[in-house]
Amino acid sequence: MGRITLEGVAKRFGDVEVIPPLNLDIEDGEFVVFVGPSGCGKSTLLRLIAGLEDVSDGRILIDGTDATDASPAKRGLAMVFQSYALYPHMSVRKNIAFPMKMAGIPADEQNRRIEAAAKALNLTNYLDRRPGQLSGGQRQRVAIGRAIVREPSAFLFDEPLSNLDAALRVGMRLEISELHNRLKTTMIYVTHDQVEAMTMADKIVVLHAGRIEQVGSPLDLYNAPKNAFVAGFIGSPRMNLFSGPAAAEYGAETIGVRPEHISVSPDSGKWKGRIGVSEHLGSDTFLYVEDTGLAETITVRSDGEVNLRHGDTVWLTPNEDKIHRFDKAGDRIA
Amino acid sequence: MARAVSRNTKIGYTIAAWIVALIIFFPILYTIITSLKTEQEAIAGFDLIPSFSLSSYETVQSQNNYWRPFTNSVILAVGSTLLALIVAIPAAWAMAFSPTRRTKDILMWMLSTKMMPAVAVLVPIYLIFLRTGLMDTRIGLVMILMLMNLPIVVWMLYTYFREIPGEILEAARMDGATLKDEILYVLTPMAVPGIASTLLLNIILAWNEAFWTIQLTTTNAAPLSAFIASFSSPQGLFWAKLSAASTMAIAPILILGWFSQKQLVRGLTFGAVK
Repeated sequence: MGRITLEGVAKRFGDVEVIPPLNLDIEDGEFVVFVGPSGCGKSTLLRLIAGLEDVSDGRILIDGTDATDASPAKRGLAMVFQSYALYPHMSVRKNIAFPMKMAGIPADEQNRRIEAAAKALNLTNYLDRRPGQLSGGQRQRVAIGRAIVREPSAFLFDEPLSNLDAALRVGMRLEISELHNRLKTTMIYVTHDQVEAMTMADKIVVLHAGRIEQVGSPLDLYNAPKNAFVAGFIGSPRMNLFSGPAAAEYGAETIGVRPEHISVSPDSGKWKGRIGVSEHLGSDTFLYVEDTGLAETITVRSDGEVNLRHGDTVWLTPNEDKIHRFDKAGDRIA
Repeated sequence: MARAVSRNTKIGYTIAAWIVALIIFFPILYTIITSLKTEQEAIAGFDLIPSFSLSSYETVQSQNNYWRPFTNSVILAVGSTLLALIVAIPAAWAMAFSPTRRTKDILMWMLSTKMMPAVAVLVPIYLIFLRTGLMDTRIGLVMILMLMNLPIVVWMLYTYFREIPGEILEAARMDGATLKDEILYVLTPMAVPGIASTLLLNIILAWNEAFWTIQLTTTNAAPLSAFIASFSSPQGLFWAKLSAASTMAIAPILILGWFSQKQLVRGLTFGAVK
């Protein structure tokens, strides 16, 4: 079981309130991603749940039991750190065995779990090596192995992929998702990368300046962002946001249109502009359209075959059903 | 960037380095040379070629048994160092991983005690030793030497511990390690290189200590420093015998230092060189 409830949890460092009181429910077996720009408090929130930081106010319940003042070890959670935090003086086998040794699990059971974890994570041939002799991806797998063998009620991941190169990151992302499918254990994953959030999460928690901006499934956030911040943060490339007469036309202070919801034509349309840069990715083409009078540039996602060059005049037409409207405070207008 | 160095420059540097090394080492070298002279040769004047007489060593060994002070020196140096480590490891751990606003001040204060002349506290400590029966006991001297070197030991360990990433200790905490487990299984093994250099340096400092060891001992607990001192006064000045005693006293630590140069350099730079 791994149901985690935060009730009015707040964190202050001295006079600085980094996390104002917030409430959050994490269901058993859920894959929850905390996402937000750097400094938004997502790592602090994870450390509060882990017990590595003391809460200033509020309660943390794990499976209905108050764990607010419990030591990290007593919470039954396992954590994977950004720097992997492996014990450099121990072999891979001893690293993975360490939490079980601390828990006093008998040696033969320890060995059984180590072999199982090593097999699942492709580490069998590396068990006798030291962390210093492994690549970044292998180290990350050892860190995950060390977390698995504890059979925790929830896994906490603190930006675990940010030290890996791009190709390895995609691979590890899939591995972690598969791990979740297999174990069905609650996972809380912190990242600043909204692509990781969108691809892995059952539920995304968008944080900004310590506040929860929105909680929802990836598609909820994509289709119905609660405010302009979430609208701009979720989705790649970013949503186009602009104010002025074009927004007033829709009865809003600000409107947002995603790049994939704008069609482009050389002859006719709603807004006129000129191609600045066009990026051909093969499958898609990203067009950065200038001189529209709406915003500095408007990003448009077009198909890969489109043949438009720098300086060409184009007409843009938004998909009227997909326009997001926000009021003066930045909140969504239903 | 690598610079091309000409052959002549290299030779020049090498010769200069040897000259400097010889000047630094000369007092010790001359002590060894004098110890191999007869007393007549020793007082005759400056001469670098001894007659290679071992008579001084024989006399020293027959008059004062070398092994008793040697054993005392080993017990005092090793004992005080181990005791200092037992006290300093938790202290440095606390200061490195849960610092408060005053941690730096405490460290400075600890170091400042090294600026105080030892003579200033000689009388109170002498009286305490006299009253408590610690005078001329190994246990008393072990404590004094431990306290004397404790600030340096704490400082060195603190600097080493600061180099250990905090996330690893947090990982241990998440893995269920108690404070004791954390220190025993994670922190200490990772700090072993640092602890080793601290240990070596402290053994050398304790071995060479000559103020307290001479003031607070007579025969039972007297280490090699007192052994040397005992040759300077009672029988007048016998250069060759004094030199022989000195050579015997410094030989063990010289050999230890020779074999642990790398660790010592790391220790003396206080963790500045990685």
